[in-house]
Amino acid sequence: MLSHNENEAEAAGGHEHPAWQAHHFYSGAQQKASVKLGMWAFLVQEVLFFSGLFMAYFAFRYLYPDTWLAAHELLDWRLGGLNTVVLLFSSLTMALAVRACQLDDMKAVVRYLWITIGCAGIFMVVKYFEYSHKFHAGTLPGKWYTFDGIEGGAPEVFFAVYFMMTGVHGLHVVIGIGIMLWMIFGPIRKGKISKDYYPLVENVGLYWHLVDLIWIFLFPLLYLVR
Amino acid sequence: MSSTTGDLAPGHEHDHHASYLTATKGVASWLFTLDHKRIGVMYLVAILTFFLIGGLAALGVRAELFTPEPDLFTGSQYNRWFTVHGAVMVFLVLVPSIPASLGNFFLPLMLGQKDVAFPRLNLLSFHIYILGALFLIYTLISGGVETGWTFYTPYSSTTDSSVISALMGAFTLGFSSILTGINFIVTIHKMRAPGMTWRKMPLFLWGTYATSLIQVLATPVIAVTLFLLMFERTFHIGIFDPALGGDPVLFQHFFWFYSHPVVYVMILPAFGVISETVSIHSRKHIFGYMAIAASSVAIAFIGFLVWGHHMFVSGQSELSGTIFSLITFGVAVPTAIKVFSWVGTMYGGAIRLNSVMLYTLAFLFIFTIGGLTGLFLAVLAVDVHMHDTYFVVAHFHYVMMGGTLMGFIAGIHHWWPKMTGKMYNEKLAKFGCLVVFTGFNLTFFTQFVMGARGMPRRYHEYLPEFQLWHQLSTIGAFTLAAGLFITLGYLLLSLKNGEKASKNPWGAKSLEWETESPPIEHNFVGQVVCDHGPYDFDEIDYSRG
Ligand SMILES: [Cu+2]
Repeated sequence: MLSHNENEAEAAGGHEHPAWQAHHFYSGAQQKASVKLGMWAFLVQEVLFFSGLFMAYFAFRYLYPDTWLAAHELLDWRLGGLNTVVLLFSSLTMALAVRACQLDDMKAVVRYLWITIGCAGIFMVVKYFEYSHKFHAGTLPGKWYTFDGIEGGAPEVFFAVYFMMTGVHGLHVVIGIGIMLWMIFGPIRKGKISKDYYPLVENVGLYWHLVDLIWIFLFPLLYLVR
Repeated sequence: MSSTTGDLAPGHEHDHHASYLTATKGVASWLFTLDHKRIGVMYLVAILTFFLIGGLAALGVRAELFTPEPDLFTGSQYNRWFTVHGAVMVFLVLVPSIPASLGNFFLPLMLGQKDVAFPRLNLLSFHIYILGALFLIYTLISGGVETGWTFYTPYSSTTDSSVISALMGAFTLGFSSILTGINFIVTIHKMRAPGMTWRKMPLFLWGTYATSLIQVLATPVIAVTLFLLMFERTFHIGIFDPALGGDPVLFQHFFWFYSHPVVYVMILPAFGVISETVSIHSRKHIFGYMAIAASSVAIAFIGFLVWGHHMFVSGQSELSGTIFSLITFGVAVPTAIKVFSWVGTMYGGAIRLNSVMLYTLAFLFIFTIGGLTGLFLAVLAVDVHMHDTYFVVAHFHYVMMGGTLMGFIAGIHHWWPKMTGKMYNEKLAKFGCLVVFTGFNLTFFTQFVMGARGMPRRYHEYLPEFQLWHQLSTIGAFTLAAGLFITLGYLLLSLKNGEKASKNPWGAKSLEWETESPPIEHNFVGQVVCDHGPYDFDEIDYSRG
């Protein structure tokens, strides 16, 4: 993000501001604050994106309450619970990665990121088994629905909502894995992240906590309907 | 007067005192530039190009309507023409119009900065815009879409035209809009020149700020809606399709939750432009600075609570209809505060009746009609009668075209000397404005009349009793087009042989007028300090009463 300006700052030679600071900022503190505010604004738009899916969930649950109750029995709360625990743990390791930045221990940063990636991987594998079971049973959205045995109208709508919500969330998990891998092999390996400047790690951390948080809402809404 | 202190470190000096237009050369130096000014200019060129395409589609529609019989198009072709017009104008022209072009160019300049907070993100948002535009162009080439720009289900999920690529286009353009919004919010929060408090910010920036808030808060909702619709259409997942248990009214709720606030994305920056031009060309301090600033944010906020006024006849409950109607009236309050403040600014000012001022007056006249007719439509009983008639068409054209685009053109004229370093021919500009104004009102005022008499929208043939009104409207549309071509003509001509513009041809007080025309690559020499308000004019002799 900053390479162009870094080169210029280096060319300037003996500049008073650090290499990571872009020259259109007055100070490093201003730059850090800007990058963080930008991330928060981005997270707000993520929340709004998911809010559409949540509204669809509530609208259809209101329309078809019996279907919702009957259809959720087909989801395995133990698998959902396992994934909840895995994601919560990964949020802890992500927080520890940020902590390691503050302590300037880059080896630990990489270690914690790998553990986080591992957890994300476990989450996706569990999701894979859940999805394939549904493809097998025919509990699918819209015209693909072939299952027989749910009382109440429009069970296929429950599965449309289920697949869209968990699918978009899963996509965010995969993107998270990608960003973490890029961070390990890109900026961290190139030594661009240090105790002095690590908003990138913080921002990926914020993103990851949001992905976790959304799952915390998805799990009870989908698996624990009452 | 503001001052510049200190200087940049050595090594920053090489060619940075050259104009941004000539600092580097070659097509790539433009397409991959991180300079907000060049990005703004590229947006401007792109937006005007799409304005031409959308405008030609509108002329096609108006030409068909010259007679009651279908002459040029079949019904299906006609649907495609007005969809092209609507989709291009909304997604490629009106939404990005002022913020992406003038906003990108002037936001850092007015704040006394070298650039926006995230220059790379800024370039990315431009590239995403072009990608989205390519999807829409592909849609156009592959036969078009006949759903209208609103993509209502279940028609959009079942009709056989290039709906998917159109949805991809709108979806992609949404991200461009979100990224610009985030960039502007951060820049305004974190990067104001020393001394520039929120209350010393030019009102154009307040308008842009309120706009950015809506872009970040509303656009993700249309993104997820279009995303679901793409799945609906491709895999028939049944969320919006009643045949599969889905709910088409849910689509309308989602759609208007974005698409009402987005009309404020279009109009708030125009309010910002008018706040600048009305004060600077009246040479008088803006009347009610805080009222104008706060009403922009208030409009942005209330704008999120009125989407149901597009759905009075969709079967939503009477209670929600009533509530949406009442809140819609609420929007009129901050809007009226603005109009009042602008008129108050002109009162007792030394008005310079140049083309910028003429466009500003045109804006005030047209927008006020557009706003007031919006109140008719907010009345439940009247809306049931007017719904889907030309009255609605005329209303939103008075607001969107007459409001946003008049503000946009006023802004282009106001800042043209700064952007290009050239003055345009003022006589031709005044003449052009007159033609645009006449053409506009002829086109759309007639539509109020026929709408009130029951002419429905989106029909390619109609009863002969409406012919006179349709013909006047069509003549108006071609007059309007002629006026716009005159405008384009003298603006382009000025690039070649226009008089050289001084630093500050209007005697304005905001920071963008303190650098060269056109600005140097890094905007200012040294660090700018702001020690006066943007409208602190001192020349008027108030004793004249
Ligand atoms: Cu509306």
